[in-house]
Amino acid sequence: MYIRNLALATASSLLIASGGAVARDYVHVAGSSTVLPYASIVAEAFGENFDFPTPVVESGGSGAGRKRMCEGVGTNTTDIANSSSLMKEDEGAKCKTSIGEYTKVQIGYDGIVFASRLETKGFEDLAPAHIYLAISDKSEITNWKDVDPNFPDRNIKMFIPGTKHGTREVFDKKVMVAGCKKAGTHKYLMDSGLTKKEADKECMKVRTDGVSVDIDGDYTETLASIASNKEGIGVFGLSFLLNNTDTIYASKVNGIMPSTESIASGEYPISRPLQFYVKNAHIGQIPGLKEYIQFFVSDEIAGPDGPLAEYGLVSDPELAKTQAMVDGL
Amino acid sequence: MKINKTSLSSISSLSQKRIAAEKRFRLYGLIGISIGLLMLIILIGTILSKGLNAFQQTFITIEIELIEAKLDKKGNRDLADIKKVTTFGYTPLIKKSFEVLISKENLVTDLSSKNVSKILSKSAASELRNFVLKDLNLIGQTVSFEFLTNSWIDGYLKGRVTRETIKNSKNVSPEQLDLVDQLVELGIIKKKFNLGFLLGSDASDMRPEAAGFGVSMVGSFYMMLVVLILSLPIGVAASIYLEEFAPRNWITDVIEVNISNLAAVPSIVFGILGLAVFINFMHLPQSAPFVGGMVLTLMTLPTIIISTRASLKSVPPSIRDAALGVGASRMQTVFHHVLPLAAPGILTGTIIGLAQALGETAPLLLIGMIGYIATNMPTGIIEGLASPNSAMPAQIYEWAKRSDPAFYERAWGGIIILLVFLITMNTVAVILRRRFERRW
Repeated sequence: MYIRNLALATASSLLIASGGAVARDYVHVAGSSTVLPYASIVAEAFGENFDFPTPVVESGGSGAGRKRMCEGVGTNTTDIANSSSLMKEDEGAKCKTSIGEYTKVQIGYDGIVFASRLETKGFEDLAPAHIYLAISDKSEITNWKDVDPNFPDRNIKMFIPGTKHGTREVFDKKVMVAGCKKAGTHKYLMDSGLTKKEADKECMKVRTDGVSVDIDGDYTETLASIASNKEGIGVFGLSFLLNNTDTIYASKVNGIMPSTESIASGEYPISRPLQFYVKNAHIGQIPGLKEYIQFFVSDEIAGPDGPLAEYGLVSDPELAKTQAMVDGL
Repeated sequence: MKINKTSLSSISSLSQKRIAAEKRFRLYGLIGISIGLLMLIILIGTILSKGLNAFQQTFITIEIELIEAKLDKKGNRDLADIKKVTTFGYTPLIKKSFEVLISKENLVTDLSSKNVSKILSKSAASELRNFVLKDLNLIGQTVSFEFLTNSWIDGYLKGRVTRETIKNSKNVSPEQLDLVDQLVELGIIKKKFNLGFLLGSDASDMRPEAAGFGVSMVGSFYMMLVVLILSLPIGVAASIYLEEFAPRNWITDVIEVNISNLAAVPSIVFGILGLAVFINFMHLPQSAPFVGGMVLTLMTLPTIIISTRASLKSVPPSIRDAALGVGASRMQTVFHHVLPLAAPGILTGTIIGLAQALGETAPLLLIGMIGYIATNMPTGIIEGLASPNSAMPAQIYEWAKRSDPAFYERAWGGIIILLVFLITMNTVAVILRRRFERRW
């Protein structure tokens, strides 16, 4: 009798628990670790100012977040995928077949910076070509002096974002391919019979002999890596740099210092838009979803004087357009 | 022929060797123990020295005029209208009150009032708003509030931040520290016990000073509740059946071996299993403590089954024989005699299993209990089980990941709380065993 009662009680308590969970009343966000701090700042302010519960923001990388959003429609799937890279064409088509329409909402820009420890000065100005020469899989150089005689006599050690990060895609395109073109390798590859796409791909290949290390975690891990490897240079987002200026400093790229101004004006060469993708089918279904999106792109949050800009986001000069687009969702 | 003489008064070389070997062995043991103790002291010392600061926080007391024209433009005290004023609408009030404070106390500073108000935590505006929404009658009055200062000022008072370390920092300026020095002297800025850390919830990257551990403690509590409710009856039922009723054949042998194997499976495997079965197949919600509890149940079950079987086994057969002999059924024998005698052992095993589950992070990584989650304090049991939450070890991991040293300090503080729970649970287990265990 006792056992039966206990079993009944357990079963019923579980049923109640799962029954309560079916109707989700909070917004669920996943994706880019670069966007995570911004999204959590917005989520926090959203929870304070509205009667909706605070959204849940998970990280895990842009690609992983988009994959989770594209899993399907329903309350147990993610509403919003934060993304520091753009969805690819085939990825978008595949996503549309499983979830219908989705919308891209651009929140601003972020710069990608090369930074090293304050105590290891020496890299005042780097160019994509330098980085390419240092870490391409065709390179066998191990000392910065061999890249450029003006550089300090120091072993090459770079910590770059892992392939699941959106930052890596931008790094590949704007550093590796750009550097490859500058160094002349790209032309050589195309002359030797490769198509442009194949040559790009060849240029993106990073050496695997330990000189360049992929960091799959977030920037904190990169920071820890250059703390234990003082000669190392890490790849960071601008906002992370601005919040850690007491330990790291950034190199200029092509003579331009990374800053919110130089990125907004487009002078600084390695920047990328930050955005999130939202599942249209969930708007109106998940309470607070539309309000969260509107709040995210509102002037008081994403504008040049808002908390996101204060944290390091370069605010989008065309924010008003995004606001109008979001209002129409 | 030489006779190898042995003597009782002098020790032979062979004996000397044996004695020396034993001495050496004792010495190795001592060295081993002292290395262990040293590590423990270093560990606890590090945890305490880094974490204790999290239990203190810097507060500033300031008088704020809740200007009616800003907060309630229509003047009719309508809650819906007043709610429309967002936290951004409260920031100017705070700025203004700093201007008043500076002129009243004759403080010397070159900072603009915007930069002065930056010594306050970003959470101040929302605290103020919540306060006003709770008591609309305060509008129009001047009220004295106690706010958190931002984490850099807090670090300055705790010695984590010095004028030397902020040279390159954009988060705090030496002028702000000058002002803080004056305010500390006046007793307006003070360090106090940090109740918010024990009761509060996670905060975003911009306000580490407001982050608390309380909600994730509640999350852990609900998960342990699920683990207890599920694993204790299932585990005890399974062990009673295996130990008292099941026939001894190859099937039970296979089951037995597999249970022992399961106990040794790394916890991340249970996490992947939970993700595949509970979330992807059964479509249970992510980040919910009851799903977390179910995953941890899978992990805890083998531990409980093994310890329950051991304590059932330790009940002597004569008890069973006596009960059966006076006409009890096998079930009566088990429930009236064997189980009560085995109960202390079962409880001990359960508590140790729970303590293990409490400190487990890896499975929670996979079912979405890590991230910016623990923000809404659940109000009831159902909400506590189903609404998204984190757990203590997951929250510690999350904080340690963030780059801000103030979050890092909190991660250490969280470790102290987690350790206190674990030590308490293990102590209870030891006491139970000591007091109630019977030797035969």
